[in-house]
Amino acid sequence: MTKIFKTFRAPSLETLHMSKSFGRNKALDDVSLKVAAGSFHALLGENGAGKSTLVKCMMGFYEADAGQMMIDGQEIRIHSPRDAQALGIGMVYQHFTLVPCLTAAENLVISRRDIPMVINWKSERQRLDAFMETMPFRVRLDAQVSTLSAGEKQKLEIIKLLYLDQRFLILDEPTSVLTPAEADEILGVLGEMALRREVTVLMISHKFREVKAFCDSFTVLRRGRFVGAGDARRVNAAEMSSMMIGDVGMRPPATRLKTIQDGPKLELRGVSTLGDEGRRVVSDLSLKLCSGEILGIAGVSGNGQSALIEVLSGQRPLSGGEIKINGAPFEPTRRNFDRFKVFGLPEEPMRNAVVPRMSVAENIAFRSFDKPPVLKRFGLMSSARMRQRGMELIQQFNIHTSSPDAPIETLSGGNVQRTVLARELSGEVDILIVANPCFGLDFASVADIRGKIMECRNRGAAVLLVSEDLDEIFEMSDKISVMSAGKISDPVSTLATDAMRIGKQIAGQTDEIVAGPQAE
Amino acid sequence: MSLPSASSVARPHRKPRLDPRSLALIEASVIPMGALLASALIFSLFLLMLGKDPIRFFSLVWTGGVASSFSIQNTLQRAAPLILTGLAFAVPARIGMTLLGAEGALVLGGLASALIAIPMMLGGWPVWLGLPIMALTAMAVGGAWVGLAGWLRHYRGVNETISSLLLTYIAVAIMNFLVEGVFRDPGSTNKASTMPLGPDWRVGDIPGTSVHWGLATGLIIAALLWVLMERTTFGFSARIAGGNLRAAQAQGLPVGRLAVASCAIAGACAGLAGFFEVAAVHGQANASLAAQYGFTGILVAFLARQNPLAVVPVAFLFGALAASGGLIQRRMEMPDATMLVLQGIIFVTLLTSESLYGRLPFLSVSQAGDRT
Repeated sequence: MTKIFKTFRAPSLETLHMSKSFGRNKALDDVSLKVAAGSFHALLGENGAGKSTLVKCMMGFYEADAGQMMIDGQEIRIHSPRDAQALGIGMVYQHFTLVPCLTAAENLVISRRDIPMVINWKSERQRLDAFMETMPFRVRLDAQVSTLSAGEKQKLEIIKLLYLDQRFLILDEPTSVLTPAEADEILGVLGEMALRREVTVLMISHKFREVKAFCDSFTVLRRGRFVGAGDARRVNAAEMSSMMIGDVGMRPPATRLKTIQDGPKLELRGVSTLGDEGRRVVSDLSLKLCSGEILGIAGVSGNGQSALIEVLSGQRPLSGGEIKINGAPFEPTRRNFDRFKVFGLPEEPMRNAVVPRMSVAENIAFRSFDKPPVLKRFGLMSSARMRQRGMELIQQFNIHTSSPDAPIETLSGGNVQRTVLARELSGEVDILIVANPCFGLDFASVADIRGKIMECRNRGAAVLLVSEDLDEIFEMSDKISVMSAGKISDPVSTLATDAMRIGKQIAGQTDEIVAGPQAE
Repeated sequence: MSLPSASSVARPHRKPRLDPRSLALIEASVIPMGALLASALIFSLFLLMLGKDPIRFFSLVWTGGVASSFSIQNTLQRAAPLILTGLAFAVPARIGMTLLGAEGALVLGGLASALIAIPMMLGGWPVWLGLPIMALTAMAVGGAWVGLAGWLRHYRGVNETISSLLLTYIAVAIMNFLVEGVFRDPGSTNKASTMPLGPDWRVGDIPGTSVHWGLATGLIIAALLWVLMERTTFGFSARIAGGNLRAAQAQGLPVGRLAVASCAIAGACAGLAGFFEVAAVHGQANASLAAQYGFTGILVAFLARQNPLAVVPVAFLFGALAASGGLIQRRMEMPDATMLVLQGIIFVTLLTSESLYGRLPFLSVSQAGDRT
């Protein structure tokens, strides 16, 4: 039985001894979390530490196997997201849940549960305007959501929760798609609201900077267990991170060796391509990529980066311009991939790089199945040799799988990406095209993967790295360009710039990067 | 569960009792068998509602399908085209295409072989040359017909299921148009047909049986296609493209050519079935060619999980059902649509059973809840 009561003031929330298993995997093991009323609490942990499971239990997406939940000291039971909503618990997800083709006002109104059959837009609109007066953020209510920036969308998501009278806000990595300035603004306002005891915030985050700057308390989970909690203003980032990753210690950045750049390798001249809706998503883009260097392309997603990668990997046709490798024109066919030794780590490997139902060994063989030794006479393949090679690489790349014959969809995200690495980086690589390689992976995998990419660069490959993660761009790149609205800025040396400056460019305050001569 | 020491980053995983390949094989057998059993039960209910005895029904299927050497040969005779049309569905299914074009390819292939035989017969060509030419013509025409659906799919974005189905209607209409028009044999009074093949221009029976050579050919082609799909780079590429088109593109595979080639192979199989229907069964092309073999082949391929080798036994099963149809009609006084009802029930249960893959707890290889 759910007892419905509404608090218009910040509630406190507690979980006691919460456990949840999936099969034999104990995702949550006796976790107790205490979020005081009006606090801005950070929930820290690696991927797979159980943070998402915990908040999904709070939201009623999962039912915990054991444990209790209390709001303002009273025990509550939540069986579904509706119960959570009724109790004033709301969540902002990593990805937007707004309807892009509707306006901001329409999105707010349709999110209500008591929405009537016929909506009187005029009176709704008046009430909305009055409501917006009380809000700390300004969002253009008449704008279609698809035209809003990422920051505005995130604000609208938060406004939506407040509009629904939800005063316990759970934010799941709310700043991952925002520029640093946007993130600071939103978190700052939420912090003030919490201070005024208007809301209580529980934020899942990976960014110590934000936790230190805005949160007042934190809890750390590791492998489904509670490992510690404390005052976010007293504990420093190094201590938090060692709680998160245990005795592993901080990951050293990948070692960058000096390389000889013996001439340009990959060159794009005036490349354009159309998106799925027929709009130009990359226009007149030129860049030059030399051997032994990593060119990082920063930018918020949706500015043409994916389309650029798709063009280079043969998933999207070129509508203008040319691609050259070592001065020779390059078309993305299998033969040319082999001839020019072009390899790739596309984003979302499950969607772009592997066949989920095929086995790990088969997925590893995608580059080599039509060449000896796997290829025998008459187009016949040796599955024994394929499996053999698969087993070698599984060992070499430390892929955790029950068997080389297991379908790759049974592997965790980090191991899927390691499988792709094993396939793409086990041979000689001249050109490497990488997009968001570490998205959603745990620390250990991130270290592995960045290390392997850096190794590749050190051996003389030309690496193009598209990433939404500025830290990754700065850690990996020799040069940085920013992509926005399908155009790319001149590359600058990583040593000659900083995150704030690049962040500004990303946000699009950038007459100087859109126009102007390209690299060359 | 005891946690491993903190320094080990390896996620503990349990060993499945069997290796994944055997598990997948067991799953691919258990689920269709279960679906067959379920459809038999549902069909029994249907019979009970009609006041008929289900046990008598299944015993008649046994009698009419496998009990005597006569019924076995009858079954094999009907299984022969089903093997080929089953393959015609199974091969493009590997690349992720659902093609309903086998019926059309069969009809047009059969018609083409009957027509090309006419000048050769009149010109006094030797039969040993004529029959292979007829067979190749049937395959070429069938292949081109279904290949067209593949081409439309890949280069024009036309849904291949719809286009191949519509192409089938066009094919049957073309056949009727030609058979009742310019190519009608004046001697065919009851049923408009093309000029009959001479007695020596017929494909004979496998010695010692009354089953024509189409069966042996079907078996050989099933084996060849199994090798093609499971053991060659073509089949491997097709599986990549069928499993994840974007990954196939990123590997630079010629996905368009693969799609068209798979469709053409499918059409050639169905066209060959048409050739045997003409040269071994009817002796001429007429409306009897459109006997739903192409559509039953879809069911065969589904039950066989698109595996070319498994198509063979499944084709025998459906051959047996078809062979016993007449007996059931007579003995149980039921209309011949009864068998279609059974086929329909099998199809629906099969499609429903597709949702069970990966969900049978005792066959699970996945480490559930791995991502949080």
